[in-house]
Amino acid sequence: MIVRISGEGQFRLPDEDADRLNELDNRAVSAVEEGDETGFQELWSQMLELVSSDGNAIDGDELVESDVILPPRDITFEEARGEFTGDGLIPD
Amino acid sequence: MPGLAGRMSTVVKSKISRMLDRAEDPGETLDYGYQKQTELLQNVKKGIADVVTSKKRLQMQSSKLEQQVVKLDTQARQALAQGREDLARTALERKNLAQTELQSLDQQIKELESQQEQLTANEQRLRQKIEQFRTKKEVIKAQYSAAEAQVRIGEAANGVGEEMADLGLAMQRAEDKTEQMRARASAVEELEQAGAFDDITQLGSGQDDIDRQLSELTSGAQVDDELSKMKAELGSGEGGDQPALEQGEDKA
Repeated sequence: MIVRISGEGQFRLPDEDADRLNELDNRAVSAVEEGDETGFQELWSQMLELVSSDGNAIDGDELVESDVILPPRDITFEEARGEFTGDGLIPD
Repeated sequence: MPGLAGRMSTVVKSKISRMLDRAEDPGETLDYGYQKQTELLQNVKKGIADVVTSKKRLQMQSSKLEQQVVKLDTQARQALAQGREDLARTALERKNLAQTELQSLDQQIKELESQQEQLTANEQRLRQKIEQFRTKKEVIKAQYSAAEAQVRIGEAANGVGEEMADLGLAMQRAEDKTEQMRARASAVEELEQAGAFDDITQLGSGQDDIDRQLSELTSGAQVDDELSKMKAELGSGEGGDQPALEQGEDKA
């Protein structure tokens, strides 16, 4: 599975991590919906931690598409909230 | 995958496929893609230059304010030594305001610095990917039929397209930040122009309005504290005015 951390680059992770990442992601989304900033930050750092502990950075010469694109590492709670209203982080 | 990750992926991917759909001839797709990539690279350079300009502006303001803080502190001491507590208070109020602004400026300079580093790293990565794409596109154009080329290039184009979309996002964020910093820099300039950081030698008779606003802006308690500390320092020198301190033990 290929994961991109926006603004940083791509990482190759074992496919087994997909479930774990998905679970963290869903919980992060609920935290955002409930306005729970501390909870969100905690889950978000767990997601980043998973990518950096299990993932191998992909070489700059390789042109591959990501299966998952995570927001920038320093995403703010406000920005995360914006993902669910409006246009998302990349406006049209 | 719904949620943060899913949303991002969907948005980025839909943009890329829209881009790929525009051209029907694979050769054209390739050249168009390559052209877009180099355009973006130029924009990134401009974006980085913007960040650097904003940073320089804030740095200049910051060093100006630093000088003003030192000056106002000295003046407060002098005023106090001459028994002008009113002037000393004014100077300290101004010093406090300048210090508060200084802290927030320094914080923002740091943020811009990391923004600049990140964009520079992104730019290098994209440059490498574009170079890779250029090589691939020439090979594909030379070796494959139109139908085959379309399939072969799809993957590479998606990979580099994603990189481009991602860089676009990073640029957008950098621009937003830079915009905030500009607003901040202008706000500080306005205060400066209104004379909020002027030292007390520049105070005319008509400054009451600024002083009233300043005492509202700065914390009175903090100024009181500083004032009594200064008084104590001056008092402990005992036996009169400062020049006496200058006659130290060892003379050359």
